[in-house]
Amino acid sequence: MTYVNTATICLYTIGANIRAKATEQAVTMRSHPDNADLPTCFIRSDGQLAARLPTFANENAALVKLYGAMLLTRTFDEKAVALQRTGRLGTFASSLGQEAVSIGTASAMRTEDILLPSFREQGAMLWRGVSPKELFLYWGGDERGSDFAGPRGDFPICIPVASHAPHAAGAALAIKLRQESRVAVAIMGDGATSKGDFYEALNIAGVWRLPVVFVIANNQWAISVPVSRQTAARTLAHKAAAAGIASARVDGNDVIAVRAEVGEAIDRALGGEGATLIEALTYRLSDHTTVDDARRYRSDAAVSEQWPKEPIARLRHYLTNTSGWSKADEEALIADCRERVERAANDYLSTPPLEPDAIFEHSFAALPKDLLDQRGGIAMAKTIGPHHD
Amino acid sequence: MTDHCLVEAVNLALARAMSEDEDVILLGEDIARNGGVFRATDGLLDSFGEDRVIDTPLAETAIAGVCIGLAAEKLRPVAEIQFSGFLYPCIDQLANHASRFRTRTRGRLTCPMVIRTPSGGGIHAPEHHSESMEAMLINIPGIRVVFPSSPQRAYGLLLSAIRDPDPVVFFEPTRLYRSPKERVEDNGQGLALDCCFILKSGADVTVISWGAMLKEAMAAALSVEAEGIHAEVIDVATLKPIDFGTILNSVRKTGRAIIVQEAPLTGGFGAEIAARIAEHAILSLLAPVRRLAAYDIVMPLPRLERHNIPDEQRITAAIRNIMSYT
Ligand SMILES: Cc1ncc(C[n+]2csc(CCOP(=O)(O)OP(=O)(O)O)c2C)c(N)n1
Ligand SMILES: [Mg+2]
Repeated sequence: MTYVNTATICLYTIGANIRAKATEQAVTMRSHPDNADLPTCFIRSDGQLAARLPTFANENAALVKLYGAMLLTRTFDEKAVALQRTGRLGTFASSLGQEAVSIGTASAMRTEDILLPSFREQGAMLWRGVSPKELFLYWGGDERGSDFAGPRGDFPICIPVASHAPHAAGAALAIKLRQESRVAVAIMGDGATSKGDFYEALNIAGVWRLPVVFVIANNQWAISVPVSRQTAARTLAHKAAAAGIASARVDGNDVIAVRAEVGEAIDRALGGEGATLIEALTYRLSDHTTVDDARRYRSDAAVSEQWPKEPIARLRHYLTNTSGWSKADEEALIADCRERVERAANDYLSTPPLEPDAIFEHSFAALPKDLLDQRGGIAMAKTIGPHHD
Repeated sequence: MTDHCLVEAVNLALARAMSEDEDVILLGEDIARNGGVFRATDGLLDSFGEDRVIDTPLAETAIAGVCIGLAAEKLRPVAEIQFSGFLYPCIDQLANHASRFRTRTRGRLTCPMVIRTPSGGGIHAPEHHSESMEAMLINIPGIRVVFPSSPQRAYGLLLSAIRDPDPVVFFEPTRLYRSPKERVEDNGQGLALDCCFILKSGADVTVISWGAMLKEAMAAALSVEAEGIHAEVIDVATLKPIDFGTILNSVRKTGRAIIVQEAPLTGGFGAEIAARIAEHAILSLLAPVRRLAAYDIVMPLPRLERHNIPDEQRITAAIRNIMSYT
C-alpha cells in the first residue's frame, strides 16, 4: 500500500504483514525499478506462494469459496456469450481472465457496503447476491434485470465509462454525513482513468476524506487502445498522488491479493483515513464485447502469452498442491456451476417480455397526467394515429 | 459507380476530404487501428498515417475541446464520438466554446470542426447506445446540426460539413449503417447544407422527417399510394439552420403536415417545425399538424424499444387519420 504525503510518494510496510512485492512481474506493464510499482501478490501464476498468506486465506474453505465464485463467473460468461451468439442475448462484455478482480473486490466488502459496478463486473455482482437470471435479463434488454432482489442498495451497471466514479464519492459522502460504518466501492477499467469524471471523483474523495475505494481493473485494453496509449503515467496507481489519496497496485490475477488490498482500503476508509485507489493488473482474455473482433488490433500470440497467468488455474494449482483439491472436487464444482447457470438461463429465456405499456413504468414516482395520456395512446397509435388525439 | 451502405459512404467522404485537404485530421476512440467500432474509419490509418488518424484516450470532453484548439489553429478536425449517448460530455465544450468562438472574437478565431456520432435505436444495443438527442444540440446557437438519411446524402453532406467554416454536429443513423445500399459516386461533390430534400412529391399530405425515420416514413408514404393518398416526403437533412421555406411551400400546397421523429416528443425538433407551420401556414391547414415521436420516457432496453420508436404502421395510421379531415 502506497500512501501519499505532501511531497513524495513513500512506501510503507504495514504491520508485520510480509508484503509480496517483486515476486510476480506486473502483467504486461513496462516493468520499472521503482519498488512502489510492483504489485502485491501472494500466489504466483504457477500456484506457488509468493508471500505468507493473509489471515483470511489460511482457512481452506475461504479459498474454495473464492475459487467457486470465480468459476461460477466464468461459467456465466461462457453461457452469456453462447446465448448472444445464438441471438438470445444482447451485446455482452465477458470478464474472462479478470474474475479475480471482481471476486477479490466483492469478497472484501461487507453486505452493508455499496458496490458501483461497471459493465464487466458480473463476478462481483454475483458475489453480492445479484442473481444470474437478473444479469441475463439485463443483458437481454429487460429493465427488470437491474431491480436486484439481493443487494438492494448496490448501484446498477454503469455503461458510460467512469461516470459512476462521482456517484461513489456521493454515496460515500452520504455515509460520512450520517456517520455510518460503510464504504462505497466502485470498479472501473483502465480506460476510465482518462476521463474527467474519474479525476474529479478522486479529487473530491481526497479533499473530503471520503470512505470510498476506487478499484481499477487494468486489463491492459480499452477496446483497441492499450494502456500505453491511454496515459503517460507510469502506473495508474500514480493517479492517486495528485488527489492526495492512498493507492496500491495489486496482481489482479491473484484473488487473495485483490481481496487483501481492497480489504485494507476498506479498513482504512472505516477508520476515517479516506479514499484509496487500487490498480489491479489483469488481462482481458476475451474480445472487448461480443461485437468486437480483437484480432484487428492484437495478436493471438499476445493473448496466449497471458493465459498462463489467469486467475482460476492459479488458485486451482495452489489448492491442489496444498489441500488436496481433487479431480472429483473440481468436477463436482463445475457441475454445480453449470447447473446454476443453466437453470438461470432457462428462467431468463422463459420470462416473457413485459407488456408494451410497461415502458412507462417507473418514469416518475407517480406517472404524471401527460405521461398517462401518452401511455393511453400506445394501444391506439397503430390504428387511429398519434397519441395526442 | 458502386453500391455502398451508409457507413461506407461516410468512409469514402472522410477519405476524400482528407486527400483533398491535408488539414483534415480525424480523432476518436478506437478509430485508428480498429477502424472505428462501426468501421467508419476503416483503412484510413493505413492511407493517411497516425498523425492524421488519431486514437484518443477515453475522454469525450477532451475530444471536443481538443477539436476546438485544433480548429482555432486552422486545422479541420473531424471527431468521432462512439455513440451519441457519450456525446453529452461534449455539450459543455460545444455550447460554451465551439458555438461562440466566431462571435466572441468577431471572426478572428473560428471553429471549423465536425463531430460525427451514430444516433438512434433499433440495433438492439445496450443502454445509452440508442439515444436520439438532436434537440439538445439544435438548441445551441452557433452549431450546425446535420442528419443524413441515405448513403448518398451521408457522403455529400459529410463532405460539405467538413468543408464548412463553422462547427457541425453530424448525426449518423445507426440502424441504416449497413443497409440499404445505394449508388454513391465518389466524385468529391458535396451536397448543399441548410437545404431540405424532397424525396417524394405528392399533393395530399407532407411527411417531414430526418435520419433513420425516413425509411419508415417513405415506406408508409408508398403504402398509402394504393389508397390514392399522395404524400410528399421531406428529408430535413440539415436540422439547424432549418430550410423552412421548402417545408412551408409543401405544407401550403398539401394543407396537411405530419412530422416523424425518433426522439422524445416534448421539446423535440418536431415541436419547432410544428410551431413554424402554425406561425406561417395555419390558414392553409386542412387538419391539425401531427407529430409522431418517441414517448417522453427513457429509451427502453432492447426488449421493448420497438414500442417506443414510431414505426411504419404508426405513420400509415397517422396519414390515414390526417386525410380524414376534409
Ligand atoms: C463515456 C464512454 N465513452 C465510450 C464508451 C464506449 N466504450 C465502452 S467500453 C469502452 C472501453 C472501456 O475501457 P476500460 O475502461 O479499460 O474498460 P474495459 O472495457 O477494458 O473493461 C468504450 C470506449 C462508453 N461506454 N462510455
Ligand atoms: Mg480496460
